Amino acid sequence: MTTRAPQFPGAPVVRREARDKVTGTARYAADLAPAGCLYAWTVPATVAAGRVTAVRAVDALAVPGVHSVLTHDNAPELQEPDDPILAVLQDDRVPHHGWPIALVIAESLEAARTGAGELHVEYERDPYDVTLTDDHPGLYTPEEANGGHPAVRVRGDVERALAGASVQVDATYRTVALHNHPMEPHAATAVWADGHLTVHDSSQGSSRVRESLARAFGLDPDRITVVSEHVGGGFGSKGTTRPQAVLAAMAARHTGRPVKMVFPRPQLAEVVGHRAPTIQRVRLGADLDGVLTAVSHEIVTQTSTVKEFVEQAAVPARVMYASPHSRTVHRVTALDVPSPSWMRAPGEASGMYALESAMDELASALGLDPVELRLRNEPETEPDSGRPFSSRGLAACLRDGAARFGWHDRDPRPAARQEGRWLMGTGVASATYPVLVSRSTASAHAARDGALRIAVNATDIGTGARTVLAQIAAEALGVDPEAVRVDIGSTDLPVAPLAGGSSGTASWGWAVHKAATALAARLAEHRPLPADGITTTADTEEETGEESPYARHAFGAHFAETAVDAVTGEVRVRRLLGVYAAGRILNARTARSQFTGGMVMGIGMALTEDCGIDPDFGDFTARDLASYHVPVCADTADIQAHWIEEDDRHLNPMGSKGIGEIGIVGTAAAIGNAVRHATGARLRELPLTPDTLLPYLL
Amino acid sequence: MKPFGYVRPASTDEAVRLCAAGPGARFLGGGTNLVDLMKLGVEAPRVLVDVAGLPLDRVTRTADGGLSIGATARNSDLAAHPDVTRSYPVLSQALLAGASGQLRNSATTGGNLLQRTRCRYFQDVSKPCNKRLPGSGCPAREGTHRDLAILGHSPECVATHPSDMAVALAALDATVVLLGPEGERTVPLTGFHRLPGENPDQDTVIRPGELITEVVLPPPAPGAASRYRKARDRASFAFALVSVAATLRVEAGRVEHATLAFGGVAHRPWRARRAEAELRGAPATPAVFQHALIAELAEARPLRDNVFKVDLTRRLALDVLGELTARQSALSARTG
Amino acid sequence: MDSLALGADLEPEPVVDEHSTVTLHVNGDPTTLTVDHRTTVLETLRESFGLTGAKKGCDHGQCGACTVLVDGRRVNSCLLLAVAQDGATITTVEGLADGESLHPVQRAFVERDALQCGFCTPGQICSAVGMLREAADGHPSHATGPETAATGPVALDADEIRERMSGNLCRCGAYPRIVEAIEDVIE
Repeated sequence: MTTRAPQFPGAPVVRREARDKVTGTARYAADLAPAGCLYAWTVPATVAAGRVTAVRAVDALAVPGVHSVLTHDNAPELQEPDDPILAVLQDDRVPHHGWPIALVIAESLEAARTGAGELHVEYERDPYDVTLTDDHPGLYTPEEANGGHPAVRVRGDVERALAGASVQVDATYRTVALHNHPMEPHAATAVWADGHLTVHDSSQGSSRVRESLARAFGLDPDRITVVSEHVGGGFGSKGTTRPQAVLAAMAARHTGRPVKMVFPRPQLAEVVGHRAPTIQRVRLGADLDGVLTAVSHEIVTQTSTVKEFVEQAAVPARVMYASPHSRTVHRVTALDVPSPSWMRAPGEASGMYALESAMDELASALGLDPVELRLRNEPETEPDSGRPFSSRGLAACLRDGAARFGWHDRDPRPAARQEGRWLMGTGVASATYPVLVSRSTASAHAARDGALRIAVNATDIGTGARTVLAQIAAEALGVDPEAVRVDIGSTDLPVAPLAGGSSGTASWGWAVHKAATALAARLAEHRPLPADGITTTADTEEETGEESPYARHAFGAHFAETAVDAVTGEVRVRRLLGVYAAGRILNARTARSQFTGGMVMGIGMALTEDCGIDPDFGDFTARDLASYHVPVCADTADIQAHWIEEDDRHLNPMGSKGIGEIGIVGTAAAIGNAVRHATGARLRELPLTPDTLLPYLL
Repeated sequence: MKPFGYVRPASTDEAVRLCAAGPGARFLGGGTNLVDLMKLGVEAPRVLVDVAGLPLDRVTRTADGGLSIGATARNSDLAAHPDVTRSYPVLSQALLAGASGQLRNSATTGGNLLQRTRCRYFQDVSKPCNKRLPGSGCPAREGTHRDLAILGHSPECVATHPSDMAVALAALDATVVLLGPEGERTVPLTGFHRLPGENPDQDTVIRPGELITEVVLPPPAPGAASRYRKARDRASFAFALVSVAATLRVEAGRVEHATLAFGGVAHRPWRARRAEAELRGAPATPAVFQHALIAELAEARPLRDNVFKVDLTRRLALDVLGELTARQSALSARTG
Repeated sequence: MDSLALGADLEPEPVVDEHSTVTLHVNGDPTTLTVDHRTTVLETLRESFGLTGAKKGCDHGQCGACTVLVDGRRVNSCLLLAVAQDGATITTVEGLADGESLHPVQRAFVERDALQCGFCTPGQICSAVGMLREAADGHPSHATGPETAATGPVALDADEIRERMSGNLCRCGAYPRIVEAIEDVIE
C-alpha cells in the first residue's frame, strides 16, 4: 500500500496536559473519591503453590471500619475471563506467590490495611519449582512466541555453516526478571449505579479493559464505562487488563458502594507481569571479512502455570543481519512463578542485548570495528522473510551516531584508558523495533460555531497522545493544533486499541487522520454549517487489515561511554547517544522525551535492575523500590537522542513508526560493550553490578 | 497497621516516663523507618511518644572542643552544620551518602542509629526471622543474603545495620547519651550496636524505655584527615554494599593516628581495631595498609553470595587510606 | 490535642485514644481536623483535603512521588503521620503557582517537557523547589567535593542537580529534561 507523501513537520508542540501535570490537577485512577467510597486492600498468597484451606476473617471483620472481606468463598462469581490472571477469588488454588486470595474492604485505607493484617489464612502447600535452568526438564517448544511469532525459524544449515566458518562466536547470555514498576501503581476506582459499571482504571487501553469486564461479569459492554484519563506509566504492565479492575468492580458490586483499590507497591511485581528471565545462546559464524555466514539464537525462558507467555527474544535476529544460514528458537518452561508479560520492547530488549553483545564479541575476534562489522552485514531484504524493507535506516543511524559521538577517534584496545580511578570505555549496539498498527475508530466533529473536536479512545500513558493527535487532525483540517479539541481516555469515545507495541500513534492517528480528512472535505461543501454541526467517523479496519508486502521496522544505533570505578566496580554511564530512523517524527519535543526515557530504562537494565526468585519461598527477591533499583537521576548523565527523517510511504498517512520502545533496545548491550572496552571483562549476564566486575579488576 | 495512641511530651523526663509507663510504647522521631515498619506490620506500637518536638535538635560545641549532637537534629541539618563540615567531614559525607534529600530532612540522629536492618526476611512478616520473631529461624543464611553480613554474624542472624551515619560515628569515637527511668548513662557508639549472637532481636544495648538524647563527639584528632566512601548498586539512594569511614594522620611518612570503620558488613558498624593497631606507628604505605586490612578481614565469614564484600571492603578501605595519605602529604607539602 | 495521659497506674490494655485533632496550614489556609493516628500526611492531603497532586508511588519513602514541603523543607509525606504535624505549614504542588502564574520550576518543567506520564511530576517539582532552597542555604550534597566545605550558597552544576534530585524516581526516564529544567530555573 502506498500513501501520499507525509506532510508532518514534527513541530515541537508543548504537550497539552503539561500544565495539569505540573500543577497537580491531572487526575489519575486513584485520585477520585466518589461519595461514600470504600477502600480495598488485597491480601496476597504467601506460599508458592497449593490451596487456601481456610480464611478466618473474624478478627479482620472486628477491626473498626472494616466493611467486608472477600475471598473465593463469597466473592461474586465471574464468567471465565479473557485472561486467566483475572480469575481472582474464584477458587482456592494458589498458582504462585502473591496471587490475590482475599480483599479487605473498609471505610478507610488505614482500616483496610489493618484488617488485612488481621486476616488468618491457612494453606495446603504443594511442591513447587521456581528456578529456571537451561536444562530444565519442563522445557518445551511452544507454537508461538509473544506477538504471534513462530517459535522456531530455520534457514539453511546453521550447524554446518558454523562448523565451516572462519571465525565463530558461541556465547550464552543471561538476563534476570525485570519489573515494569510504573510510578503509578495499578489502581481502579469502581462505581455501580443503576446497573451501570464505571471503572476509572490505570490502564494502557480502556477499550480492552471494558471487554474483559464485560466478559468476566457477563455484562453487555454498553453497561460498562472504563475511564483512563491520565495514566502514570505502564511500560506494558497496563496493556492487558489487570486484577485491580476486576477486584474493584467485584467489591463495588458486593458492597453496593464505590470502591477504590490500589495495589500496594510490594505486591505489584507479582500481579502485573514481569520481563521473564532468559538464557540465550548466540552462535555467529563469519568469514575473515566479517561477513556473517550463520546466525543462531536460542532462547530459554519461563512462563507461569496460569498462562503461556513466551518472551520473543530470538525474533530480532530474524530482522537484523544478512546471513545465508539462520536458526532462531524459543523454548519455555512453566514454573510456579507469577505470569510474565510485556515490558517495554518485549523480545527486542532481551534479545538484542544478547545479539548485539555477540556482535561485539565477533568484532573483537575479527579485530574489526564494531560499527563497520554491522555495516558489512546489512541485508538487502529482511533476512527471515525475504520481504523488502519499507525503509531501513540502520546504516545511516550507525554512521550519523558514530560521527556525533566521536566514535572514529576510538582506540579499540580494551582496558587502555583511565581517568583518575575510572576505567573508560565506549561501546555501540544496534536497535530495532517492528512497526505495528491496529484497527482503530475515531470521530471528528465541527460544531456550528466552528469548534473542532476529535474523539478517540486513545490512552496517554505519558507519550503525549493528546498533543500529537491534535497535530495530526490539525494538519488534515488545515488549522492550528490549538484549534482542535481532543477527547481521549474513555470507552464512551470511539473504540481504539491500547497504547502499546509502539503502535498507539500510528493506530489512533490513522483513524483520526481519516476522520479529520473526511471532515475537512465535508466542511468544504457545507457553508454555513448545520445547527448540530458535522460529524465524521472513521474505521481503519480495511487499511490496517491488509498485510504489508514490506518488512517494516524502526532502527537505531546506541553509543555509550562508561566509566568503571577501578576500586569498587561501580559503573557510571557518562554519555549515551541514540540515533533513530523511525519514519517521520511527529512531535520533536515529546519524541525526544520518549527516546531518552527508553534509554534511561536501558541503563537500569544494564546496571541496576535485578530481581531473583527466592527458591525457598517462591517470591521475587526485590519487591519494593528500595531493593529493586530503578535508575535514579544520578545514574544518568549526558543522554542525547537524534533522528534521521525517513520518507517512508508504506506506513500510514503520517509516515510514522513507533518510538516508545526502541530507546531501550540495544542500550544494555552498548553499555555492556563499553564496559568490556573499559575493563577487558566480557560479562554475559545483566545487570553489571559491582560484585560482577570486581573479579576482573586489578 | 494497628491503631495506636499518640502523645507529645513536653520534656525528655516526661518522654521517658510515658514510654516506660505504657506497654508497647515507642519513641517517634522522624518516623522514616518506624512508620515504614508499622506499615509492613513489623512494628505495632500501642503508643507513640513523639520526641521530635523536644529541644534535642541542637548541635553545639562541648567544653573540651568536641561536639554535642542532639538526638532530634535532622540528618540534613547535621550534614550541613559548619562545625561538622569543618571538623568532622567524614560525618557530613556519611550522612550525605545516605538515603535521599527528603529522607534526610526528616530523619533524626537518634532514629538513624536505631533504624532496623533491611534484610528482606526481617521486613516480610510472612517469613521466619529470628530478629523479628525469636526462634523462628533465619532463611537469609541460605537464602537471599547478597547484601548481608560477612563479619560477626551468628547462626541465628546475618543481618547488617544499614546506617551510613553510624559508621562515621564509629570512626569518630562517638558516645551515645541515654536517658532512662534509672537516669542518664553513656555508651560508646562502638558498643551501642550489638553483634547478633543468640539474641538478634536486640539490635543495641539500649534498655527498655531509654531515650537517646544526644551523641557526643570528642575533639577532632589534631591534624587528621577523614573520609567516608560507599559502594552501592546505583549511583545514589541505595544502601551500602560496603562503606568505609576513616580518619588518618600521617607524619613524616608514619601513621600517627588512624581510625577505621566499615559499613554494610555486620550487625553493627564494624570498627576495624585490628587493622588500626597494625597501622599505628607503621609506615604509611600501600603494603602496610594492605597487610592491616587483610588481617582485619581474616575473620570474615562470607556467605554463599556475598563473598565479594570481603574484597570490596579491602579495596575500598585501601583506596580511602591511600587518598587520605595523599591528602596529608599534599597538606604537609603546602604547610611545610 | 487529645493526647493520651499515660500514668503509672496504666492498665495492661488501656483505652487508647486513636484519634487527635490537629491544625494543618495547607497552602496558606489553616484547617483543623480530626485524624486517625495511623493516617499519614499524604493520605490526609489526598483524602481529606482533596489535594491529590501528591502521589502515592510506593508508600514507603522509596520513590519521592509524595514529596511536599513541610515548613519549607521537602519531605516524603507518606512517612509523616498527620498527628505529628500539628501546627505545620504544608505546601503541595497545588500551592506553588501564584494564581494563574506558574512557579518558575513548574514553567521550566512545561517548557523542557521534563515529564511524561506526570505521576512523579508533583513530587519532582516540590523536591526541586526544596532542593534549590537547600543549596541556597549552603547545604552540601554527596556531589559536593569532599574538600569544598560550603560556606554560602552551593553552585549547582548538572552533577549536583542529579544527586540532589535522586530521591525522586521517574520511570519514564525524564531525568535529562528535569535537569535541564532546573538548570533553566537557576539561570
